[in-house]
Amino acid sequence: MANAKKQLQVSDEVAIQITNMNKWYGSFHVLRDIDLTVNRGERIVIAGPSGSGKSTLIRCINALEEHQEGLITVDGTELSSDLKNIDTIRSEVGMCFQHFNLFPHLTILENCMLAPVWVRKTTQKEAKETAMHFLEKVKIPEQADKYPGQLSGGQQQRVAIARSLCMKPRIMLFDEPTSALDPEMIKEVLDTMVQLAEDGMTMLVVTHEMGFAREVANRVIFMDEGQIIEQNEPAEFFDNPQNDRTKLFLSQILGH
Amino acid sequence: MADLSFVRKEIIPQRAAPLSQTGIIGWFRKNMFSDIPNTILTIIVGYFIISILGNILPWVFSPTWNSVSLTECRGILAELGRSGHGGGGACWGVIRERWLQLLFGFYPSELYWRPILAFVLLGLALAPVLFDKASRKLIYLTAIYPFLCFWLIWGGSIWFPVTVFSGFIVAYLGYVYVNKAFGSLAGVIASIALPVLWWLFITSPLSISLHSIMPIGSEAIESDRLGGFMLAVLIGVTGIALSLPIGILLALGRQSNLPILKAVCVCFIEFIRGVPLITLLFVASTLLNIFLPPGSNFDLILRVMIMVTLFASAYMAEVVRGGLAALPKGQYEAADSLGLDYWKAQRLIIMPQALKISIPGIVSTFIGLFKDTTLVSIIGLLDPLGLSTNIRADMAWNGILWELYGFVGLIFFIFCFSMSRYSMYLERKLATGH
Repeated sequence: MANAKKQLQVSDEVAIQITNMNKWYGSFHVLRDIDLTVNRGERIVIAGPSGSGKSTLIRCINALEEHQEGLITVDGTELSSDLKNIDTIRSEVGMCFQHFNLFPHLTILENCMLAPVWVRKTTQKEAKETAMHFLEKVKIPEQADKYPGQLSGGQQQRVAIARSLCMKPRIMLFDEPTSALDPEMIKEVLDTMVQLAEDGMTMLVVTHEMGFAREVANRVIFMDEGQIIEQNEPAEFFDNPQNDRTKLFLSQILGH
Repeated sequence: MADLSFVRKEIIPQRAAPLSQTGIIGWFRKNMFSDIPNTILTIIVGYFIISILGNILPWVFSPTWNSVSLTECRGILAELGRSGHGGGGACWGVIRERWLQLLFGFYPSELYWRPILAFVLLGLALAPVLFDKASRKLIYLTAIYPFLCFWLIWGGSIWFPVTVFSGFIVAYLGYVYVNKAFGSLAGVIASIALPVLWWLFITSPLSISLHSIMPIGSEAIESDRLGGFMLAVLIGVTGIALSLPIGILLALGRQSNLPILKAVCVCFIEFIRGVPLITLLFVASTLLNIFLPPGSNFDLILRVMIMVTLFASAYMAEVVRGGLAALPKGQYEAADSLGLDYWKAQRLIIMPQALKISIPGIVSTFIGLFKDTTLVSIIGLLDPLGLSTNIRADMAWNGILWELYGFVGLIFFIFCFSMSRYSMYLERKLATGH
């Protein structure tokens, strides 16, 4: 995170449009009247206390969670219960999880080749080249033939990023990608994400890494109790928060 | 004050470990005589083992191989001055005289080559399924093996298994063409409906007419002549081969979001698990005839195979469900987020892991199923136990007990122990990480 990334281009093209979206778990109202427009090339960090619905929000974007009201449009495709639309969106949107969720019975290379071969129907050879390209990009090509269980947490998370990139997604979602990592491994994963941002990827990141938010994000969203409380450019967000809830949250996580 | 500085000048080379650590003496000291209670236990257990073997071994090694009846065998033993429990020695003559019967039942002896060939081909057909190193080309043999085996054992016109097999080709063609013309759902329906119609209405007249044009076939063997270990292996292998896929589908159905499918699977599993296998076998042997159209002759062994398969698949479904439950939810989510559809995710991500977790349970079910084949003796099929009863009813061998059941038990043990060893090999092979 050496230099600021503010100068990165954000286009006018809309990548994700969420309109008046509501979601319930049983009778519990987890997401309330969410409105969010994400332009292509934006790097959005979503922060908030646990249970505020930030993970649920990004999981709704690729239909890992179902929403009950409102519209979600990803890359012009509307997310409905139509399975075809869901599959289209999922192959356009990459996702990284807190616990990596690599496939432990496959080697690193096979993990990366699986979706291109079976979903995109690329040839084995082409899939292998793509996989090696992205493994080099996350700086672990030498681990290609190992199994996930033999890698450190940071390496596994970088493989997970590479695995998503192999599908050539236009949007990447990160669900607390560094929360399960040791401090010294957090940096290697964040570096990879910074690199991704520099390449112009549209990113939605749920994280508690405020340093990353300040350096890389072009917008920070603060959520609490299932609603968007405040959003702003990082500098304004951190230096001049408006809502009391935001001020309390920032004082708590930046206080030590 | 002492000098605290120290610099090593030379590196100490490795030395051999003391003898008490390695070798046979070390092993005994560590595992048998490590402390006083352990030593006492070793001595007591050693005494028991030696005294039991001292009684059994003389009984096992008894020179009665050539005797032709229990009386003659007792005579030989009495001449040698041996007496005691079980007449002082085993009467192995019964095994020498009847072992072929224990293997093949009342199968005509001049045709023994047919089940033997079927058994050898079974080994070849299983090889590509069980071992990576086996030639992939053998998989074609695996595909046609069930029909080949049927024809080898039961004989008759070759056109019958051929036409039954072509039902699968009909299913495939139906799927391909209907899928192209009317979409995937119609394709799936066609791939199920067409072969069923084919088997119900076309198979039998077609095979008869083909046979009248080109009579190729071998001597037909009636089902009641099948018996012994051949029957146990036939029922066991059929049950094992079919119960795993059916069990997987039931387990998936039980986890499904579709309420009707789920209810059907739950009812089936709970019903079958709630009923003893013997009951199902009685249903197969007696009750089923009531429901079948009069005059239809549905082979008893086939009915038993179906019941055993259904029984095992209900248990298999629960074993597989255990494996599915052990998988973290993240695996499903990762597969979903990469855009894999349900069946691809199941096939590539979920099942390889769930089945690996369930290997011990799956193999236990297989072993249980194989041993349960002996229950068919109750409905009059001549499996090894049924045959043993028959042999004991023979005047010459009336009263013989240990030798027959010991032999049958030994063969079962060899089969079951091999399965158990194979499952351990498989677990080692599939272990990844750490």
